[in-house]
Amino acid sequence: MAIRKKNKPLTWNRKHLLGLRELSSEEIKFILDTAEGFEEISTRSVKKAPPLRGKVVVNLFFEDSTRTRNSFVLAASRLSADIIEFTMKTSSVSKGETLLDTARNMEAMGTDIVVIRHGAGGAAKLLSRNIDSCVINAGDGFCEHPTQGLLDVYTIRKIKGTLEGVKIAIVGDIAHSRVARSDLWAMTKLGAEVTFVGPPTLMPAGVEQLPVSVSYSLDEVIEKVDVINMLRIQFERIGGNPFPSIREYSHYFGLTVERMKRAKPDILVMHPGPINRGLEMESEVADGQNSVILEQVKNGLAVRMAVLFLVNQAAAQSH
Amino acid sequence: MSDQLLIKNGRVIDPANGVDEKCDLLIVGDKIAQIGRIEKADAAVIDAADKLVTPGLIDIHVHFREPGNEEEETIASGSAVAVAAGFTSVVCMPNTDPPIENETDVEYIHRKGRQTRKTHVYTMGAITKKREGIELAEMGFMAEAGAVGFTDDGNGVQDPAVMLRALKYAAMFDVVIAQHCQDNSFAAEGVMNSGYQSTVLGLPGIDALAEQAMLWRDIQLIKKVSPSRVRYHAQHISTAGSVELIRAAKQESLPITCEVTPHHLLLTEQCCAEYDTNYKINPPLRTDKDIEALKQAVGDGLVDALVTDHAPHLQSEKELEFLAAPFGIASLECALGLYIKALIEPGVLDWTGLIRLMTEKPAQIIGVDKGTLGKGKQADVTIIDPNAEYKIDVGKFRSKSRNCPYHGWMVKGRVEKTIVGGEIRFG
Repeated sequence: MAIRKKNKPLTWNRKHLLGLRELSSEEIKFILDTAEGFEEISTRSVKKAPPLRGKVVVNLFFEDSTRTRNSFVLAASRLSADIIEFTMKTSSVSKGETLLDTARNMEAMGTDIVVIRHGAGGAAKLLSRNIDSCVINAGDGFCEHPTQGLLDVYTIRKIKGTLEGVKIAIVGDIAHSRVARSDLWAMTKLGAEVTFVGPPTLMPAGVEQLPVSVSYSLDEVIEKVDVINMLRIQFERIGGNPFPSIREYSHYFGLTVERMKRAKPDILVMHPGPINRGLEMESEVADGQNSVILEQVKNGLAVRMAVLFLVNQAAAQSH
Repeated sequence: MSDQLLIKNGRVIDPANGVDEKCDLLIVGDKIAQIGRIEKADAAVIDAADKLVTPGLIDIHVHFREPGNEEEETIASGSAVAVAAGFTSVVCMPNTDPPIENETDVEYIHRKGRQTRKTHVYTMGAITKKREGIELAEMGFMAEAGAVGFTDDGNGVQDPAVMLRALKYAAMFDVVIAQHCQDNSFAAEGVMNSGYQSTVLGLPGIDALAEQAMLWRDIQLIKKVSPSRVRYHAQHISTAGSVELIRAAKQESLPITCEVTPHHLLLTEQCCAEYDTNYKINPPLRTDKDIEALKQAVGDGLVDALVTDHAPHLQSEKELEFLAAPFGIASLECALGLYIKALIEPGVLDWTGLIRLMTEKPAQIIGVDKGTLGKGKQADVTIIDPNAEYKIDVGKFRSKSRNCPYHGWMVKGRVEKTIVGGEIRFG
C-alpha cells in the first residue's frame, strides 16, 4: 500500500476525529496525503486492504444518513474491519437510554472505532470523553462534519492543485450547516478565501468574528469565485421561516444556468448532498460540466478510509 | 437549656440599622434582645472573636424540587444545605411537578419546611396555572396561605396581556411579581448565549435580546398599572442591556427590583467550550462585558438581591448532550464563598454592602419582617469566619445533587454557626 507522505516528519497522534477547528493545517494535509494513498485501493480488482482486520467499527447514527453512513461502511470494509450498524431514530432527547449508556453498551461488545452522527452539537466530543474506543464525528448537530470538510478540500486540492489563494463561496443555510463550519475551518487553514453567501436570516450569530467574508448577493459573488459550494436548506433544523418562500429563495440564491454564465469557466460546483434540484441548484448545473458533486462522493471514500486508518493507528500507538 | 444566647466579641454587621462594630449580641428566646457590651452570667455563650455576626442570610431564589423531583433535592435536604451555608430563610420557586399554584400547594411547602426544622422555607406561587402563561393562578388564596410572591420561573410570561393582568391583579394583595425575563421568540431552543461561541460549538443560542425584550416590555407594563400598588422583581438578570434598562427604570422611580446570581458574576460563555453541562444555565452565561456591567450595577446599588438560583440535577441528567441536559447549577452550599470572590475580593462591595444584599434587601422584596438584627426581631443570625479558606468539594455536598462547576475552587468565607429563631441549627 502506497501512502505518500509529502510533509514529513509529522505523525498523526489523535485517536479521535471530532472536528476540523482543532486541527492544524499540517494535520489536515496529513489526512489528505494519506487519503491519496488510499484512492488506489478502490481501483484494484480486489478492493480490499488489511489494516483494520479484526477491528470492529460501529456506525452509531441517530440521524438519517445515506451517503455518509454507506461511505463509512464501504471505507471500513475496504480496510477489512467488521462493521456493526446501529441506527436509532430517536436520540436521548426523547427520554429512554442516554447516549452514553448506548455507547457503553456497545463498547462492552468490544468495539474499536465508533462513527457517530447525532443531532446535538458536541455529541461526538461527549462520547470521546467517556469511552475507550476511537470516535469519528460523522456530523454533530450544526457543529461539525469533519469528513465532509476533508473530502471537500481534498476534491478542490486534487483539481486545483492547492487551496492557497483559492476563492470559495459557500451558499445557503449557513446558520444550520455543520458542513459550512467544517469547510470553513479546513479551507481557511489551507489558505483559501471563503465567503458565506445567503440571506442575513440564515447567517450564524457572531459571523463577523469568523475568518470569512459575508455577502447577501450571489450575483455579486458568482463572478469572483473559483469554487462554489451550494448547501441544502436544513428545513428540519430551521424554526420559523427565515425566507418568505422557496421561490424567492431560489430567485436570489439558486444556482441557475443563467447565473452560471457569469461564473469563471473553470468554476467548481460542489454540493454536500442530498440536492434539492430546482431549489438551490438547477438540474442542468448539478449535472453540468463544472459539477464535481459525484467526484466529492468518490473522494469521500478515500478520505474516510484515511481517517479510519489514522485514528486506529494512533490508538494502537497509545496503548 | 437556657433560653439566652450571648454571642460575644464578634464584628456585628446589621446594615438595616447601620451597625458595623465589634460587640456582643444577646438572644432571648427567639428574639434579638440587645446589641452592645453585654455580660450575662446565665446565658450560653458563643465566642465570635474574629468572626462576623450578621442577620441570617436570605436566598429568595432556590429550587428544592419537591414535590415531583425528590431524587434531585427535597425540602429536607435543601434546608440542610441552606443552614449549613448560613441561610436562615429561602424562597422556593414554584416550578415543581406539579407546580405550586394553589393554597394547598403553598401549605405543603410550608409544612415540609417546618417539619424539617432547619431554615425558614418560603415559597412563591405560580403566576399562571401550570406555568403556561395563559390563565392566572389563584394568587389571592396563595398570598393568604403565605406565598411571598409569584413567578412562573423557568418560563417568562410570554403574553403581554396576561402579564399586564397579573400585575394589575396582584396589586390587590401587595405581593411581588417576579419574572424570569425571556422572550421565547428570541430564545427558540437555545441552550447557551448566542454569538460566536454558540456558532462554533454548533449549539442554538439564547440572544441577550430575549431577556432584554421582556424586561423592556414589563417596564412598559409597570408604568401602565398604578405604580404605587405594584412591585416587580426581575429575576437573575444576566446582560449589560438589562442593567441599563433597570438603571433607567430606577431613575424613573418605578417599583422595580432585581437580583443576580454568582454564576453571572463569575463565569462566561467561554466555560461552555468543552460542552460541560454543569455550565448550562438559564439565563445562559454571557460575556466578560456583561459581567463587568453586572458588577458595576451591584456597586452602583442597582441590584437588590444576591440569589443562587440553586438548581440541583441528577448526574445522569447532566451526563446528557449539552443540547438535552437540563439547565441549572447546584450552588447554595458554596454561595457565600462565591459572592465573596465575585464582589468582596475585587472591591465591588464592602461587607456591609454584601450582607445588605443577602439580608435586608431580599427580605424587603418578599415583604417579610426579617433580615435585620433590630431589637425584638426574630433571632435569625449567621456567624461567619470571613478569612477561613476552603476548597469546594462537591463530594462533600449535603445536597442530593452534584451539578456544580465550582468543584475544586478555593474560596474564602466559612459559615460557623447558623441560628434560626434563637436555635442553633448549624455549627
